[in-house]
Amino acid sequence: MKPLPLLETVKIVKTFGALVVTDQVSLNVFPGELHALIGPNGAGKSTLINQITGELDVNSGEIFFEQQLINSLSVPDRTRLGLSRAYQVPQLFGSMTVAEHLVMAQIADQDLGFSMWKKCASLQSLNTSQKRILEQVGLLHLASKPTSALAHGEKRQLELAICLSSSAKLLILDEPLAGLGPVESAQMIELLRTLKSQFGILLVEHDMDAVFSLADRISVLVNGAVIASGTVEEIKNDPLVKSAYLGDELEIF
Amino acid sequence: MENTKEIDTSQSNAVRLRWVFGFILLLALLIPWLDQTYYTKLVSRIAVFAIAAVSLDLIVGFAGRVSLGHAAFFGLGVYSVGILGQFGVSHIGLVIPIALVVAAVMGCFIGAISLRSSGLYFIFITLAFSQMIFFVAQGLRMFGGDDGFRLPLATVWIDGVDLSQPRVLAYTMVAILILVVYVAHRLMGSNFGRVVLASRDNARKVNSLGLRPYPYQLSLFTISACMCALGGVGFANLNEYVSPASISWVQSGEFLFMVILGSAGTLLGPILGAATFVCLEQLLSAWTEYWMFYLGIILMLRVLFLKTGLLGLMTKGSH
Repeated sequence: MKPLPLLETVKIVKTFGALVVTDQVSLNVFPGELHALIGPNGAGKSTLINQITGELDVNSGEIFFEQQLINSLSVPDRTRLGLSRAYQVPQLFGSMTVAEHLVMAQIADQDLGFSMWKKCASLQSLNTSQKRILEQVGLLHLASKPTSALAHGEKRQLELAICLSSSAKLLILDEPLAGLGPVESAQMIELLRTLKSQFGILLVEHDMDAVFSLADRISVLVNGAVIASGTVEEIKNDPLVKSAYLGDELEIF
Repeated sequence: MENTKEIDTSQSNAVRLRWVFGFILLLALLIPWLDQTYYTKLVSRIAVFAIAAVSLDLIVGFAGRVSLGHAAFFGLGVYSVGILGQFGVSHIGLVIPIALVVAAVMGCFIGAISLRSSGLYFIFITLAFSQMIFFVAQGLRMFGGDDGFRLPLATVWIDGVDLSQPRVLAYTMVAILILVVYVAHRLMGSNFGRVVLASRDNARKVNSLGLRPYPYQLSLFTISACMCALGGVGFANLNEYVSPASISWVQSGEFLFMVILGSAGTLLGPILGAATFVCLEQLLSAWTEYWMFYLGIILMLRVLFLKTGLLGLMTKGSH
């Protein structure tokens, strides 16, 4: 029996005035699968993600999470169902340290925010799984640093760490490799590979080496529409994709 | 290595809290020692305004929204004492709970509407609500109208001990201030405080983590309104008079002045701000009629030269 998809969008459409930014996009992500979304700048990838996470409404079409229609659910409600997003531009808390971000993520995940009297957890009381997550993303040595002291790449690593410390089933990662140096980049790719077994992942990424080595399936978004969707080999050999997007870049393969 | 650094910052926080309590305790000890009505009343006045300033700072500094309507809650405390007094109710065990309930109901209502907005709109909605309460108070003919009325009964602890006695009032208000600061400290150090700070820093991310900032901010706003009303209870007893002036937007502005002068986002800051404000008010008004003018210059100097307010000036080097 084929497993049911974690996430499924059915012909979703988003327009800003006369501009169609999402054009009948249907895609799905299965548990344990990494589905990469590629496309040139301005193709509407971030807009599509904003509709899936609920920051933008869709004009028409349906979004299902584990067969449940989530079109009308708010951002927090979708997160509670098991959808977790790492932003392209890191969204962090300016007054908090790295460790405090994980504490905050745990408070949100376990809905402990209305504990009003007991002292909240600190770096010393991070549990082993939180420490392991920081180690996995390569931030353990920076745990007590405020976010203002982090480099851009480290902020992205923290974004991912926050996602991993939730009980999410689906990760939506918006360009996790951008801004990382070659060493961190290679580590991140290895990390994403290990994460595939635990989560469904929708990955937006410009680094084609990473996409081709990690993705189970790739969808190509151009001008808001999916022009091709398939395995790595199918996408590499798709003439439409070659002309529309990959161009010369693909000749190295 | 990293662990020791974390311990250092939590220790310096604890040191700072000891500062808060040391400062308040020193105030409380000075009163009986001096035994002069003028200074005793001065301490009461500082404590009353410090309570209001700390409550406002929970919204301004910790929740990141500028409220220009906190005098409304202060005034609700003042009028609770006055109106209950008119009906012969003056025991502190009744007056304070009633003032708290009134402030909680109004705080929850005003917060529920104003917290849907932020920035400039939040300032104006809180201002609009406090002006509405101001004009309602002015229209209460049976309770003095726009002249206000003499407080008929001071708030009573037990027979013979009431808040019309300067030393009793001073001790009571200092005790309430300590309680308010302690509650605020516990709140801000808890998970709840984390969510409030996170919502101030980045509400979008809080949503994305699965929490709505709104219920947390509304709870904090309600708590803050209650604290501010406690200040009002003291203010009515201090002046022995109930006046709509205590609800005016000028009063809200003065609270804001104290918070900013001291340092927003800390608990000691607003207390320092309130103490400085009250002392300057006394000194400058004895010297010139236009004391507000000089107060304005001082606030400008603070904004231009002291990044972290008076508190930063006092704790420099320990950071």
